Amino acid sequence: MRTDDLIEALAADAGPAPGLAPRRRLGVTLVGGGLLALLLVLTWLRTRPDLGEAMRGGMFWMKAVYTGLLGLGGYLAIERLGRPAGSGRRGWTLAGAVLGLFVLAGVVQAMMSPNIRMAMHMMRGHSWHVCSVNILALGIPMLALGLWAVRGMAPTRPAQAGFAMGLFAGGAAATIYGLHCPENTFTFVALWYSLGVLLVAALGGLLGRWALRW
Amino acid sequence: MDIETRLKALMLRGLDGDAAAYRECLAVLGVRLRAYFARRMSGAPGDVEDLVQETLLAVHLKRSTWDASQSFTAWAHAVARYKLIDHWRRRKVRQTLPIEDHIEFLAAEEPEPSVGLELDRALASLPDRQRILVSDVKLTGLSLAEAGARAGISEGAAKVALHRALKALAERMRRAD
Repeated sequence: MRTDDLIEALAADAGPAPGLAPRRRLGVTLVGGGLLALLLVLTWLRTRPDLGEAMRGGMFWMKAVYTGLLGLGGYLAIERLGRPAGSGRRGWTLAGAVLGLFVLAGVVQAMMSPNIRMAMHMMRGHSWHVCSVNILALGIPMLALGLWAVRGMAPTRPAQAGFAMGLFAGGAAATIYGLHCPENTFTFVALWYSLGVLLVAALGGLLGRWALRW
Repeated sequence: MDIETRLKALMLRGLDGDAAAYRECLAVLGVRLRAYFARRMSGAPGDVEDLVQETLLAVHLKRSTWDASQSFTAWAHAVARYKLIDHWRRRKVRQTLPIEDHIEFLAAEEPEPSVGLELDRALASLPDRQRILVSDVKLTGLSLAEAGARAGISEGAAKVALHRALKALAERMRRAD
């Protein structure tokens, strides 16, 4: 076929692209994925028994802000990386800075504990063996929705874009997980929450390599 | 007027539904793409036109990812570069593409267009109705409404069918090798 013929066919289809614009696609992903994670918490994990009381304390919100900002970093990165020539720098900087701050707070808190047993106890909490895996499980539905949404965009760095989408999904899932999880030390959250979010991001990067080609 | 200003203005009008402006935008872009690929594909000149066509299809189908506050040529260059690297990856060609400036992407040499073969192969594999619709509108003069009437469908339905056909074409071209 001559290229001019193709251009003729493309020109007949001029006008705005059908379907949702990139930001809206990601917004729908957040709402859908967030609701699915919430549903999993309500039916499978259950909310923490002292939820009402915890919501009046500072640590509940501190956790939510931390994981929410990690997710926001992921969103900012994928909003750019979903487009040709887009760079995720802004998102990586935000997520990296928040992660660094929280890890620092966790280390300081552990070091300030009176003895090594207390420090180990803070690190393990009551649920260290399930925390990261639960966050991964809550994040997978949104990651799946997100990869599908990003397929409709045009990432030129598929692995990075998958990682960014995973960070977005993992941050959102970990925020919802706070409704279930009663742990309330910086040390625990810096270690196991961060690990859970990074697991979702790593899975996204792995899948992105082949799922996000176009 | 420099090329970025010109292409951007044409693209914006195209996104607004101005078919003539959109055609001009794609035609100018096509010439630049041909020069861009020809410089990098001296080993396989037969693939140049296929890549030009695959990239034009991608520019069209992925146009919602262009942020109008950003440079249009930088965006189109990134699409072309991605398609070239993807082409090499699929053919298992070990080749690296140096970091390039999108100004150079606009170099104004103009190699002669040739005929792309992949697109015809992809077109032949489409269902009859989609194939006839694409063939009808590509012939200058037959508007989407007229092509739709020939197929017995409304202009709106023809638009949807054409969009689907173009998407299927892009997918088939990508899987061709």
